[in-house]
Amino acid sequence: MTIQEIQQEIIEEFSLFEDWMQRYEYMIELGKSLPLIQPEFKTDDHIIKGCQSKVWVHAELTQEQLIFTADSDAIITKGIIAILIRVFSNQHPKAILDANTDFIDQIGLKEHLSPTRANGLVSMIKQIKLYAIAFQTQLN
Amino acid sequence: MISKALDVSKIRSDFPILKREVNGQPLVYFDNAATSQTPQCVIDAISDYYSNYNANIHRGVHALSQEATDAYEQARRKVQTHFNAAHPYEIIFTSGTTHSINIVASGYAESIQAGDELLVSAMEHHSNIVPWQMLCEKTGAILKVIPMKANGVLDMDAFDTLLTEKTALVFVNHVSNALGTINPIATLIEKAHSKNAKVLIDGAQAAPHIQADVQALDIDFYVASAHKLCGPTGVGILYGKENLLKELPPYQGGGEMIAEVTFEKTTYADLPHKFEAGTPNIAGGIAFGVALDYLNSIGIEHIATYEDELLTYATDALRKIEGVKFIGEAPNKTAVLSFVVNGVHPYDVGSILDKLGIAVRTGHHCAQPIMDFYQIPGTIRASFSFYNTTEEIDRMVEALKRALQMLQ
Repeated sequence: MTIQEIQQEIIEEFSLFEDWMQRYEYMIELGKSLPLIQPEFKTDDHIIKGCQSKVWVHAELTQEQLIFTADSDAIITKGIIAILIRVFSNQHPKAILDANTDFIDQIGLKEHLSPTRANGLVSMIKQIKLYAIAFQTQLN
Repeated sequence: MISKALDVSKIRSDFPILKREVNGQPLVYFDNAATSQTPQCVIDAISDYYSNYNANIHRGVHALSQEATDAYEQARRKVQTHFNAAHPYEIIFTSGTTHSINIVASGYAESIQAGDELLVSAMEHHSNIVPWQMLCEKTGAILKVIPMKANGVLDMDAFDTLLTEKTALVFVNHVSNALGTINPIATLIEKAHSKNAKVLIDGAQAAPHIQADVQALDIDFYVASAHKLCGPTGVGILYGKENLLKELPPYQGGGEMIAEVTFEKTTYADLPHKFEAGTPNIAGGIAFGVALDYLNSIGIEHIATYEDELLTYATDALRKIEGVKFIGEAPNKTAVLSFVVNGVHPYDVGSILDKLGIAVRTGHHCAQPIMDFYQIPGTIRASFSFYNTTEEIDRMVEALKRALQMLQ
């Protein structure tokens, strides 16, 4: 699936929720569900320190596709990371560079991606884009 | 309302922002340690200034400039009276506490020697750490830390050991922003002075709850921000003893701070203008004076009594929630309640409380060394003001229970 198709799918999923409680409960479930990064990558090299929560992010290129793994010490942050990984992982670097994160507004989680929120997510997206630039250069 | 000290309903009607809703819920504002809300009289003072006598001060002969200058200097005298400074020119208007501290730290760069020791408490805001680290880098002075005990109280025995003839400066907050601890500044100052060390007291957190008498306490430098005292943002004060302020070089060059300028040499203006280069926040200074009038019309002591009641009420209520651990349990505290909950990240709790209309602060509160001390990523901090109510605390407790149900 393309990034846009995945984003559309997420928007449709979230449209089923009736209020913020259900959205948050879903994100908390996502946040609790799986380990999103290998322990060996959960190091200071991979850390993005927000004022509020920490985020770890790691990327590798496999068959011209970028695979992202990430984690956070806060569950809601981790839930959003799960959504971002679903969107951006297993995609070509070029597709990642061309994509945006406007869908986050449409699923009612905009406040978590505010630069002033300082939870590490904005820096994480920047980091995802930087990885994409780096690997795109490598592919060229 | 539990208190007989204050007419809280009437007070709440003075604050227009308290009528608004957040996320469809009536706002509960418990982030007062970050900034206080603004009463209508202060908002009106700002509006009145721009509507009726906006002019640059200290330099015009025209009527508007004279009116603005008179109002600004009257505000300075209000600050002087409030903190009982000996002279109005010992009050320097700044952009805030951080600016005030930087004026002093930067000023000492010329007189501090390599090997001199500076003592800082373990519970300082970054604003009262970083400027001094910069001073140490410039001068070769050594920064030493007065440790604290697990309950968030300064270790005064350690202070006695650290304080020596080499100690040049001691800087401590009157109240910790992250813990609410009220520090024993009278003792600290007396002991520091016995070794000829100068003391800067960061009053940013304390000023809304405790009226410091700078002369009675023999404080060398005292700093505070208007926006924590129901005043506007972008205004603060630096109090310094006259002789100490005279010894310090100016912080910034520019207009207003000069006596005479030629290309060969400039002589500086007298206090307080030496430290007030450029056009200041005139409306802000005047509005700060109005904010102090407002607080004094209620009485800081009455405010403190009522806030203590709120703190006790909230502490008792939160203590009943399983897993809640208070961070900072000093016997002498202002109405700051910092806590963590077992297995739950403060950011998650703060995000859900926000959805329920409750504003608390989460994170490290610009006091990372304290978080390192307790080995926590941050705390949830509810800080109360005299316009808050026990009903609002009940709402926070219910919201917290709901957040924990979702998260645990």
